[in-house]
Amino acid sequence: MIQYIEQILPALLSGTKMTLSIFFWTLIVSIPLGALVGMGLISKFKPLVWLLNLYVWLMRGTPLLLQLIFVFYGLPILGIIFERYDAAIFAFILNYTAYFGEIFRGGFQSVPRGQFESARVLRLSYGQTIRKIIIPQVFKIVLPSIGNEVINLVKDSSLVYVIGLGDLLRAGNVATARDVTLIPLILVGIIYLALTAVCTIVLKIIEKRSNVWQ
Amino acid sequence: MLEIKNLTKKFGTKTVIDDLSMTVKDNEIMAIVGPSGAGKTTLLRCITGLEHVNSGEFFWNGTKFDPAETDQKNTIIGVVFQDYQLFPNLTVMGNITLAPTLVKKEPLSKVTTDARELLKRLGLEGKESLYPYQLSGGQKQRVAIVRALAMSPKILCYDEPTSALDPALRDEVAEIILSLKKQEMTQIVVTHDMDFAQNVADEIKRVEQID
Repeated sequence: MIQYIEQILPALLSGTKMTLSIFFWTLIVSIPLGALVGMGLISKFKPLVWLLNLYVWLMRGTPLLLQLIFVFYGLPILGIIFERYDAAIFAFILNYTAYFGEIFRGGFQSVPRGQFESARVLRLSYGQTIRKIIIPQVFKIVLPSIGNEVINLVKDSSLVYVIGLGDLLRAGNVATARDVTLIPLILVGIIYLALTAVCTIVLKIIEKRSNVWQ
Repeated sequence: MLEIKNLTKKFGTKTVIDDLSMTVKDNEIMAIVGPSGAGKTTLLRCITGLEHVNSGEFFWNGTKFDPAETDQKNTIIGVVFQDYQLFPNLTVMGNITLAPTLVKKEPLSKVTTDARELLKRLGLEGKESLYPYQLSGGQKQRVAIVRALAMSPKILCYDEPTSALDPALRDEVAEIILSLKKQEMTQIVVTHDMDFAQNVADEIKRVEQID
């Protein structure tokens, strides 16, 4: 059995690389974008709010799987062609930005108005207020919800296998179908558990650090 | 000297302040008193530029200024809020040095030295690296006072400085306000506490509800 595991492990690890690459790119882009969307959602400029609400509704109201299929198989009909990997990243960023946007909107709204006023009478500019006062507070407020989405993203990334990308789940599935054994699927489960465990620990550390103030 | 001429403030159709004029003399303490709902806090919010006025003019030593103008370099008005509104994510020192370094571009070393001096004067020595949640209400208020003073305002305004404090601390605030007066700070205190107002104020301005 050890020998078999050694034999399929390279394929699984290469699949893990794909899973991680989707995971990181989605997070790196959609967290900052989500913060911007969150600010947009509380803007006084109503057309922007409507537009962003429509976007959030579309992204949260339809399955991520549909969005993936739409981007990769649907858009080429309109002449917009993505590589598999780009299609996956694009769909994931669009989807996760919507979720993060909603989380950040809630975060911005829970910072008391008085904090803005206090910064204002100290003559801080809007940008300085956002950077030095509001963002750190919002970050602390949204951290647990963001953590949830991060864990979800590890597992959601397995959806890319529908557009033929070789991620971790696909690697395990291929091995199981070929060798008629449960071992690859169990290994896949263990690797996902390890990934989410790492995320959980990292999130705990960040949360602990942010607890120096209350 | 701060002069306010013909100030009117409406919320929708409701007039809260109607054609109010007043003068705050240098080094004096003006108390604004009146029942709740009379527009005391609104008046203070107009003076501090947090509310736009419907009409009226503000003069500092004869020169007209707009308190709501956000990018003025020289701060005329400093504010201590009723609930202090310290920044919870910054230490005591961070709260105090943030605006002078960012807005006035003063060097951090100078701002820090000045801040230590002020903290010491208000009995907050050794609290520099604490976060607001680690302070008592009275200490938070004093940090808020130091934070406002660090911008060297010409006038320091307080919104209900005694409302969140127990009676013993009330006298302490009065002492602080009077000691700042000795250092030639002009101050405006909004309060519903008549005893407190009579204790500290050189002049008392009464505001009444407008029907």
